[in-house]
Amino acid sequence: MSKAIESSGICKTFGDRQALKDIIFDVNEGEIFGFIGPDGAGKTTLFRIISTLMLPDRGSMTILGLDSTKGYRKLRENIGYMPGSFSLYLDLSVEENLNFYASVFGTTVEENYELIRDIYSHIEPFRKRLAGRLSGGMKQKLALSCALIHKPRLLVLDEPTTGVDTVSRTEFWEMLRKLKQHDITIVISTPYVDEAMNCDRVALIQDGKLMSVDKPQNIRDGFSRKLFSARAGDKYRLLLALRNYPATLSVFPFGDSIHVTFSEETPGRELSEHLLRAGIADAVISETKAGIEDRFLELMEKNE
Amino acid sequence: MKRFLGFVRKEFIHIFRDVRTLVIIFGIPAIMIILFGYVVSTDLKDASLAFLDLSKDDVTSELIERTCSSDFFRKTADLSGYHEVDRVLKSGKAKVVIVFGENFGRNLESGKNASLSIIADGSEPNTAALVSTYANAIISGFSQLSMPAGQASIPVIVPEVRMFYNPSLKSQFMFVPGVITMVLTLICALMTSITLTREKEFGTMEVLLVSPLKPVQIILGKVTPYFFLSIVNVVTILVLSRLVFGLPVKGSLILLLAESMLYIFLSLSIGILISAVAKTMQQAIFISLVGMMLPTVLLSGFIFPIENMPKIYDWVSSVLPPRYFIVIIKNIMIKGTGFAHVWKETLILILMTVIMMGLAVRKFSIRLQ
Repeated sequence: MSKAIESSGICKTFGDRQALKDIIFDVNEGEIFGFIGPDGAGKTTLFRIISTLMLPDRGSMTILGLDSTKGYRKLRENIGYMPGSFSLYLDLSVEENLNFYASVFGTTVEENYELIRDIYSHIEPFRKRLAGRLSGGMKQKLALSCALIHKPRLLVLDEPTTGVDTVSRTEFWEMLRKLKQHDITIVISTPYVDEAMNCDRVALIQDGKLMSVDKPQNIRDGFSRKLFSARAGDKYRLLLALRNYPATLSVFPFGDSIHVTFSEETPGRELSEHLLRAGIADAVISETKAGIEDRFLELMEKNE
Repeated sequence: MKRFLGFVRKEFIHIFRDVRTLVIIFGIPAIMIILFGYVVSTDLKDASLAFLDLSKDDVTSELIERTCSSDFFRKTADLSGYHEVDRVLKSGKAKVVIVFGENFGRNLESGKNASLSIIADGSEPNTAALVSTYANAIISGFSQLSMPAGQASIPVIVPEVRMFYNPSLKSQFMFVPGVITMVLTLICALMTSITLTREKEFGTMEVLLVSPLKPVQIILGKVTPYFFLSIVNVVTILVLSRLVFGLPVKGSLILLLAESMLYIFLSLSIGILISAVAKTMQQAIFISLVGMMLPTVLLSGFIFPIENMPKIYDWVSSVLPPRYFIVIIKNIMIKGTGFAHVWKETLILILMTVIMMGLAVRKFSIRLQ
C-alpha cells in the first residue's frame, strides 16, 4: 500500500517551548488517520506542518510523494485544509462562501458537486443565510464542503468536532466514512478519545510526543491490567474511598461508573471491608472490558 | 484570472455589507470636506469688535461704519472709557477693541497726529493677528482715501498687494488638497491593512495560504476594490469642492487623476506592508493612525508650513509621501501647472512606490510564523 504521508523526526520549537518532539508516523493512502490528544498537545502545529503552512525545525515530511517543503506549491493544489476555527467568511452567505472557495481553487461548485452532495445537502436549504448565523454543526458542514470543493487527495481536518453537538458529531463521522469511497485520505485531530474508534488508525499525542500509533482496537487491547467497573449510590464518596485503598493503581470516573485497577489480581474481602469502613454499603464491583479511553489514560500516566 | 475576479467580488461584498466600512469610505471624505471647509476655516468672518470713541466726530463715525460694513467684523459694544476695554476682552464680548483718541477728526484734517489704537485679545494669537491685520487694512485704506491729493506731507510708499492663484485668500484652497491626501491615506493604508489582518484574525488567511493562490494574487485581490473606491473618492471630493466652495481644477484633470492613482498605489503598498507586520486588526489600526495619519496631518505641510518647522522635522517630513503629493495637487489644482513643474515630486513618489511594493510583496509570508 502506498503512503499518503511519511513523517520522519519532525521537531518544532516556539521560543523555549518544544511543541513537537521527533514525530514519526506514516499515513496509508485512503485511510482515516486520527490524532488524539488533549489541548496543547501539539496537534494544531503538526497539522499546520502537514498542510505546508509551517516549516518544521528539523525532520522531513513526504506528502503524496512530494517533499512538503520543496513541493509545497504543487501540494497546495491537492490538500483540503480545515483549520480549527472554521475558516468561513461570516459576512458571506453559505452559497457565496462555497462559490468563493471554488473560484480560489480554479473550479466551480457544479464540477465537484457529486463529492460534496451528501454534506452540502444538509445546509443547502439555508444557502442564502449568512455563515455567521449558522449553528456550530452547520458551520462545520459548510467548512467541510469548502475544504472539499476542489476534490483534494488529502483532507486535513484540525479538530472539526470541537464545539459541535453530539448528533452533528456522529453525522460528521458518517460523512467522513462515506468520503473514503472517493479515495480521499483523511487526517483528523480531536480531543475526544471516544471518537478514536471511527478512525482506521490513530496516534495518541501528548506534550508534543507520539505515544502510540496503531489501529484503535489494538490500542484498546493493549490495556495491560484487569479493569474493574465500580458503582455506588454516592459516586463521589466511592471515588475517594477507592483512591485511599492501598492496592489501587488507578481510578477514573467513567460515565456513571468508576474505572479502577488494582495491583492484586482480584480485589477480595479486604476491599469490601475498606469500603464499608468508608461508609459505602451498596458498592458493586465487576470486571469490565477496557475502552480506548482507559488505554489512553494508562499511556498518559506512564508518560508522566 | 477567474480566481482573481472571484476574489475581487468577494472583497466588494465585504465592503458593501459592512456599515462601518461604508461610513469610513464614503462618509469621512464628505465630513472632512465640510469640516475643513467651514469649521476649521482660518478666514475671518464676523469677528466681534468693540469701539471706544473718545472723539465722536464725523470721521470716527464714518470709520466705524466702514469697518462694520465689511463681513469681517460685527460690532458688539460701544465703550465709554478705558476701564471697559479690559472687561469686554475678558468677558469675550469682543475679540478686538478699536480706540479713537480725542479730537481724532480734527487732528487728522489739520495734519496732526491722530491717535488710534487697536487692542486685540492675545490669548488666541492666530485670531488676534488676523483681526488686527484686517482692522489695520480697513483703516489705512480709509486714511488714504480721505487724504486730499497733494496734501500728504510725507510721501508714503504703498505697495499694491495682489494674491495670485487665490485672490480672496480662501483657506479652502489650501485644505482641499490636504483633505484629498488624508482621505487617500486613510482609505488605502488603513482600510487595506485592516482587511488583510482581518483574514489573519479570522483564520481564513490560513486557508487562502494553503490554496494555490500566489501571494501577489491574494494581495491584488484584496486591494483592487479599494483602488477603485479611492478613485471614486477623489472625484467626489473634487466635485464637492467645486459645488460647495467654487474651487475649480485649474490644471489638467487627467494629470491630477493620474497623480492620484500613483499616490493610491503608494498608500496601498504601505497598507499591505503594515498588514504584514501587524498581527491583529488593532495593531494595524494603531500603526496606520499613528504612523500615517498623524504625520500626514502635522508634518506634510498640510496645516503647518514646512518652512517654519525646525530642520529636524523637515528631514522627517521629507520621507513622508503626503508631503510630495500635496505639493503636486496644489500645483495642478490651484496654480494650474503642468507636468513640467511636478515631475520631481512625481519621480520621488514613483520611487517610493517601487520600494514599498517590493517590501510589501517580500514581507508577505507564504507561511505562518
